[in-house]
Amino acid sequence: MSEDQLRVGPYSFSSRLLVGTARYPNYQVMLEAIEQSGAELVTVAIRRLDLAASKESGVLELLAGRYTLLPNTAGCYTARDAVLTAQLAREALETDLIKLEVIADDQTLLPDSEELLVAARELVADGFVVMAYANDDPVLCRKLQDVGCAAVMPLGSPIGSGMGIRNPYNFQIIRELLEVPMLLDAGVGTASDAVLAMELGCDGVLLNTAISGAKKPVQMAQAFRLAVESGRAAWQAGRIPRRLYADPSSPSAGLIKSRGQ
Amino acid sequence: MELHINGEKRRFSQSETINVSDLLDALAVEQRRGLAVAINERVIPKSRWSEFLVNDGDAVEIIRATQGG
Repeated sequence: MSEDQLRVGPYSFSSRLLVGTARYPNYQVMLEAIEQSGAELVTVAIRRLDLAASKESGVLELLAGRYTLLPNTAGCYTARDAVLTAQLAREALETDLIKLEVIADDQTLLPDSEELLVAARELVADGFVVMAYANDDPVLCRKLQDVGCAAVMPLGSPIGSGMGIRNPYNFQIIRELLEVPMLLDAGVGTASDAVLAMELGCDGVLLNTAISGAKKPVQMAQAFRLAVESGRAAWQAGRIPRRLYADPSSPSAGLIKSRGQ
Repeated sequence: MELHINGEKRRFSQSETINVSDLLDALAVEQRRGLAVAINERVIPKSRWSEFLVNDGDAVEIIRATQGG
């Protein structure tokens, strides 16, 4: 199984679970949960420094060196803001990896497809390894691949909603269209959502709140680690086709018949 | 000199232009690992902080990584 790596641009990872670092009760639980998840790629946000608290070293000190950091452009509404945020992230964290998010509004946090494509094109041209957070729209996902994204990450349902994968059929279509890795990003509620994603052919799963918001985040992190491994194994093994009527698993020859029947 | 730093207006006693490192000193920003600075929407690499000059009216963004999903 060690040969089965997730490849994103020039990078390879053994774990196919990517986790966020937000909304944990405290740093200790966050670190323990990330550890138990087995994740190698962890997401961070880029925010203005609080000048009143400029002595704080922040989350970087806790994560740097132990994990590969994946900065995001969360909270950006325009391609322009997303590109500048990505460039700042590259300078701050010395990485060309970027999780590109360009959202349309506060209520749905759904991606703005037009701005997303503009930003993706610009960042690819600027040398970034772009992992694009996208709608579960096969056409958009293909376009993101065409402009050079290293990974495309369709949402299962809105960020933080915990509604799972609302349109598994779109995921099947996206799987067929993409050659770059396809990761489920957003909407994950519990471990079975991650299993389903992997069984649908996702190359990985990115989530945050499903772990950090669980009653027991560390235990949920373990559950997700197993879920992603389990779903991956099932995808590789190949599921049986669905059929409407029964198909006996025991042999139909040599059945015992009593007299009088 | 007046600068827009992270969206807020700030006045500095220096009348002359100063470089980015001096500006961070003036703001008492001690921990500089993991920081990035943009002036007028252009990222200024760390290697140029001691030579790049900030001018009156410039928009300065100073950022760092924080918890996110």
